[in-house]
Amino acid sequence: MNLLFEGFAWIFDPAHHGGDEGIGTRILQHLGITLVVMVIASLIAIPLGYLIGHTGRGRSVVVALSGGVRALPTLGVISLIALSVGIGFTAPVIALVILAIPSILAGAYSGFEAVDRRTIDAARAVGMTEGQIVTRVEVPLGLPLLIGGLRSATLQVIATATLADYVGAGGLGRYIFSGQATNDYPQMLAGSILVIMLALVSEALFSLLQRSLVPAGVVAAEQRQPDGETSGGPTRKSGPRRSLIAGARR
Amino acid sequence: MIEFRAVNKTFPDGTRAVENFSAVIPSRTTTVLVGSSGCGKTTLLRMINRMVDPTDGAIEIDGENIADVAAVKLRRSIGYVMQNSGLLPHRKVIDNIATVPLLKGVPKADAHRHALELMETVGLDLSLAQRYPAQLSGGQQQRVGVARGLAVNPNILLMDEPFGAVDPIVRADLQKETLRLQRELDKTVVFVTHDIDEAFLLGDQVIILEKGARIAQQGTPEEILANPASEFVADFIGADRGKRRLTVSSTAQPQGDDVVLIDAGGYAAGVISAPDGKLATGHSSPKSRSISNKTDQAGDA
Ligand SMILES: Nc1ncnc2c1ncn2[C@@H]1O[C@H](COP(=O)(O)OP(=O)(O)OP(=O)(O)O)[C@@H](O)[C@H]1O
Ligand SMILES: [Mg+2]
Repeated sequence: MNLLFEGFAWIFDPAHHGGDEGIGTRILQHLGITLVVMVIASLIAIPLGYLIGHTGRGRSVVVALSGGVRALPTLGVISLIALSVGIGFTAPVIALVILAIPSILAGAYSGFEAVDRRTIDAARAVGMTEGQIVTRVEVPLGLPLLIGGLRSATLQVIATATLADYVGAGGLGRYIFSGQATNDYPQMLAGSILVIMLALVSEALFSLLQRSLVPAGVVAAEQRQPDGETSGGPTRKSGPRRSLIAGARR
Repeated sequence: MIEFRAVNKTFPDGTRAVENFSAVIPSRTTTVLVGSSGCGKTTLLRMINRMVDPTDGAIEIDGENIADVAAVKLRRSIGYVMQNSGLLPHRKVIDNIATVPLLKGVPKADAHRHALELMETVGLDLSLAQRYPAQLSGGQQQRVGVARGLAVNPNILLMDEPFGAVDPIVRADLQKETLRLQRELDKTVVFVTHDIDEAFLLGDQVIILEKGARIAQQGTPEEILANPASEFVADFIGADRGKRRLTVSSTAQPQGDDVVLIDAGGYAAGVISAPDGKLATGHSSPKSRSISNKTDQAGDA
């Protein structure tokens, strides 16, 4: 408990707030990495997932690949990439994109797969084009699961972005690495606490997002189900949720 | 007029769903395709809007081969109503009804105004317009499905067991409404059911199908009832079991001018009006076929 208190004390110490080495800067770096990673990963994984979900093809290949990718140790991947692209921002971003893709991909295609086949058939039968079926039926109805996938990917990236500083990319991991080097446990703990807080904030934002983006009719349909997964149903189906720091693979 | 010319359908897995089917479906009448499960009714129906393309043979609408019409364009010109209503769960009732007009670029205000009119046409309370499908009863959902089918003002309306999933009372109600709509709107309706009573009630023409969509008999309900073409048909319409033969109950006391009729199983089937204890003869109205034992429906369904 005493150590935990010292961790918080370190955070609240005004000396650690401003400047290039300050908490503000480190949080922005951490969020910056997370944002860049999530945007790149989404641009790759969402269209691919939608394609798989709509056509029903390539699913098994992607599942197998995702399984393999999930087993990669992120720190190893960062080091490996850093060997070829050098120290800095690029290596951790690539490694984290690889880490984030499987969850987003799964959210995207399982969202499409969860749409009742009869609904899609009916949409086609009344004269929607394939494109209209995707944009007006599958995307809105698949949204809950996609957001679930983005949510767990973001959580993983926030936790694992701690490793970015291993190759000098900054972020909150800096406190953990430099604390470890100097046996400064309060500083290490401060780093962990800040990462946890970011993760909690992200969770809160995603649950708000989920509430505002999930179509009202879908919520109504869910509430009607007798076995009623009423409270935030879709989120519970999202991928495995790792404990925060444990989620960072070393 | 819809014409099937020697149509075959073999699915990729080798199932021969339709074998050499030829028939003419006249305009502005209701044709009912009836037969037991798996005989190919849905496959036939979905060939009319190109949801299924025939393996060979041709289907013509007013003389034009539909294979030459773009599928999306064709579908937007034909109303389609299915058993589970097929409504979009994330859209309000009014937007579901207006789906196709909105796709076609009809201004939203116009499409919505027309949708509200259609809600009246199919007997839906206008207060339901802002609800989502999940907030409606099964019968109400079916009415929305019918309204959506009518929204493009199609000449042809395809209905695939539209009342299969509602209880007998709501079903009877919807059947009555369908008869009324038919009189009012004058569409070419192709209706699929496995319920022979429903077929006889709604059809101007009834086509009884065997496996592979082979025609067992085709004709008006009166023709089929009076003259079943085969053992299969007689069995299917229940004639051989004497189910349709009604007799005057000897036990129930006549209530005023009404006499209770009982069926072959001994169950009350209905009442018939007999002023002064005498059954009138020869003045049966054209729709008298609907006397066919309605209480059977739940059992047959
Ligand atoms: N897409 C498909 N692929 C393979 N076989 C199919 C397909 N669709 C239908 N069939 C088969 O074709 C036959 C006719 O099916 P269809 O759906 O037309 O029957 P139906 O008369 O509508 O039956 P029901 O009353 O149960 O709806 C069945 O044997 C069915 O299994
Ligand atoms: Mg069918």
